[in-house]
Parts: sequence; C-alpha cells; structure tokens
Amino acid sequence: MIGLDIWMRENPLTYVWFGSYAVAMLIFAVEIAMVVHKRKITLQQVRLMREAGEEE
Amino acid sequence: MLDLLLLVIQRDLVLAMRRRADVLTTLVFFVMVVSLFPLGVGPELSMLRKMAPGVLWVAALLASMLSLGRLFSADYLDGTLEQMMLAPQSLSMLVLGKMTAHWMVSGLPLVLMAPILGLQFDMPGQELGILIIGLLLGTPILSMIGAIGAALTLGLRGGGVLLSLLVLPLCIPVLIFGTGAVEAMSSGLSVVSHLSLLGALLVLALVFTPWVTAQALRISME
Amino acid sequence: MAINWFKYSAPTTFYGLAGKLIPWFAISAAILFAIGLYIGFVVAPMDAQQGEFYRIIFIHVPASMMSMFLYMIMAGYAALGLIFNTRLSAMMASAIAPTGALFALISLWTGALWGKPMWGAWWMWDARMTSELILLFLYLGFIALHASIDDPRRADRAAALLAIIGSVNVPIIYFSVKWWNTLHQGATIKFSGTSMHVAMQQAMFTMLLACWLYAIAVVLTRVRSIILERERNTTWITELPEMKR
Repeated sequence: MIGLDIWMRENPLTYVWFGSYAVAMLIFAVEIAMVVHKRKITLQQVRLMREAGEEE
Repeated sequence: MLDLLLLVIQRDLVLAMRRRADVLTTLVFFVMVVSLFPLGVGPELSMLRKMAPGVLWVAALLASMLSLGRLFSADYLDGTLEQMMLAPQSLSMLVLGKMTAHWMVSGLPLVLMAPILGLQFDMPGQELGILIIGLLLGTPILSMIGAIGAALTLGLRGGGVLLSLLVLPLCIPVLIFGTGAVEAMSSGLSVVSHLSLLGALLVLALVFTPWVTAQALRISME
Repeated sequence: MAINWFKYSAPTTFYGLAGKLIPWFAISAAILFAIGLYIGFVVAPMDAQQGEFYRIIFIHVPASMMSMFLYMIMAGYAALGLIFNTRLSAMMASAIAPTGALFALISLWTGALWGKPMWGAWWMWDARMTSELILLFLYLGFIALHASIDDPRRADRAAALLAIIGSVNVPIIYFSVKWWNTLHQGATIKFSGTSMHVAMQQAMFTMLLACWLYAIAVVLTRVRSIILERERNTTWITELPEMKR
C-alpha cells in the first residue's frame, strides 16, 4: 500500500485519469452497451411475436 | 374505531400465541447475534462497553426483519386479508392493529431482553436505562416501516431478502438516534434531544405508515 | 406557443419524438464531455492545496448531483404515475432508476479515489458519502422490487410507492447522518470554496450539462425499449418503420 501511495503522489494525473475518469467512462460505456443491447433484443422479440401472430 | 383496533390486536396475539415457536425464534436470534460479537471482536470490556448500544440496536433491527414476512402472509394465503379489505372499516386502522400486535410479539420481547444482554457487555445502569427507553421508542417504528415493506413484497418469491433490502435503509435514522442517545449519555451530553427526535419519528410513523401500508396492500392485492 | 404537451405524454407520440431527439442529446453530450475535459485538464490551473488530485471533482460533483436529481425526478414521475395513472410516467421512473444508480456508483468510486490522497483513507464515514451510499441502496431497492414483481402494473405501482417513501426519507436520512457525523467529529474537508477559479467552475458546469444530456439520451433509449415491450400487442407498434423489414 505504501508503494501505491508514493506512486500516486508522483503521477497524480495518471492516477486521476485511470482511477476516476477511465472508470467513469467504462461505466458509461457499459450502460450504453446495455441500453443498445436491450433495444435490439426487444425489437427482435416484438418482431418474432408479430410473425407468430400472423401465421395463426 | 378503538374497539376495532383492540379486536385486531387481540386476534393477532391469539394467533401468535398458537405458534409460540415463531416468537421464540426471533428472540433467540437476537440473543445469538448479540452474543456472537464478543466472540468475534475479543473480550476486552472497555471495547465491548463502547460498542454495546450499536450491537444491540443492529441486532434488534435484524431480528425485527425476520418476523416481518409473516406479518401479512398468513392472512393473505387464507383469504382473510381480502375480507379485511372489503370490510367497511378503515383498512388503515386494521393495519395499525396488526402493526401493534407485531410489535408486541416481536419488538417488546427484544426490549425486555436487552437489559440482560447489556449487562453481558458491562453497560452501566444509567446508559442501560437510556438504551431501553430508546429501544422502547424505536422498535415500534421498525415494525411500522417494516409493515410497508411487508405489504409491498406480499406474495413475492424471495420476499424475505428483498424485504430487508427495502426496509433497512429506511431504518437508518432510528438506528442513529437510538445509539446516539446512549453515546450522548456516556459522554455527558443531554440525551433529551436524541430521545425527542426519536419520539418525533414515532409520531410521524404513527400518523403516516398505517395509511401508506394500506395503500401498499391495495396495490399488492388488486 | 400552442404546443399541446399532453400529446407527447402518450407513449405513441412520445416514442417517435424520443427517437428523433436521442441522437441530438447523445452528440451534444459527447461534445460537451470533450469540452469539459479540455477545460478541466488543460485550462484550469492546479489547485494550491490539493494539487492535481482536485481534478477528480469535475466528474465527482456532477455525478453526485445527477444521482440526487435523478432520484427526485424518478420519485416525481412515480408520484405522477400513481396519482394520474399515466402509463408513460411509470415507464420513465423505471427507466431512470438504473442510470441514477450508476451515477451514484460513479460518485462513490470517484469520492473514494479523491479521499485517498486527501484524507489518507479510501473511505470516510463522512455525511455526504454515507448519504450517497444510502441513496445507492434506495436505488437498488427500487430496481429489485420492480424486477421481482411479474405483473407490470403492480410492479410500477409498488415501486412508485417505494420511490415516494424513499424521497420523503432522503432528507431525514441526510440530516440524521450529518448530525451523527458531527457528533463523532468526522473529518470533513471542504473545498476551498471562495477561491475556486473561473475555469474550474466552467469545467464543472460543462461536465454537469454533459451528464444531464447523457442521462437524458440513455433514459430515453431505455424508455423506448420499455414502451415497445409493454405495447407490443397494439397496432401502432406493428406500423412502426423498424418493425417492417
């Protein structure tokens, strides 16, 4: 832990970037991916249901 | 109105007495959790004395979660709850009766048991007194907030864990003021402010939670 | 201005409107993020007390503000849905919850990273961090309750009631935690507020705006999926261009 402490004080900008901004962006990216994926899945499901309905 | 309240309380108490094991389980759980702490953190009396109020409060909080699932579920399963909702009497009043009965069965025994457990932690007499007053004011709030959660999760799969997830964050103020009163006592500050805030929370809960729980039951039952 | 706002409160019209707006919100969010980061890292000077570490606040403060605002908005939509029984409000409430929870998570994470160099500890039981943690719990409770009820109508209404109870409780929790914290003499470091440089304020404001636009874009996309899912048996869904291949 002491090693991290020293490293952090020597490279504050790297620490800030990788520690918070990269993580925040990762979280945003995951959320965007989730939302886009959900849209795709829902569209597929609704299409399938509609086709099943037409065949009857 | 009052007759109705007493009737519901009486009914629930009779039902609870027929299943005494349930009541005892909560109490045994409370005693066990509290007794586990010295084993976990070590037997130094000075440290135990310091953490006693927190341990007792958190254990009471967890123990009161245990029995919440049963608050409405038995009546829901045998259809009594539906009859209660159709009844001309106000549902809030019925709910208040059930909350009171729940507290008498699962909250009051904990309060009565707390002094003995407090002595295990070497708590001085005066602090013990404040702890008991705090628990007496606070445990009814736990039952009332818990009733909302119980009504919302009525008849759901895995309701027990979900219930704790919903209710525990809402109980934090009670925990803070309850333990705060004891700490204020031990550091020589006035305990009146903590206890009166706890009292204010109790009054607020008494006014609002029966109605909110009734609404939650309506949502869950429709 | 004779725009009929109620027209857009119906899922049918809202779906189309949201679809048109999402790209604009997304693009402007991306641009503003870039501008905010540029001002925050290049233009804004180093803080005398906190060194470079203070630059975390450009994401930390907007994220915490967003998590709180979004909870209020979610509770507002929940209340609307419960009182007026509008379909769209309940869908909006359930679409906002995950975004709010993620903002709370970002706020906690960046707060911990700021705390390590400043306080020497990753976590302090400081009033604001504790309330933020409890806010995250409230979000998780809302999401869990909504997810565990199968009937969508009951799920909406039960979760809405929970959100309203939570919003009543948030101030009580905040003040009790704050009071508890002062009782324990917690080490709360305040930002050297008065001397905040103009560029720092600009960066923070730009980032906040970017977070708003991002949140709106994500929530609208999510609510469109929810609308599709819920209304799949209606005719207007089958007439949508994306349904015809």
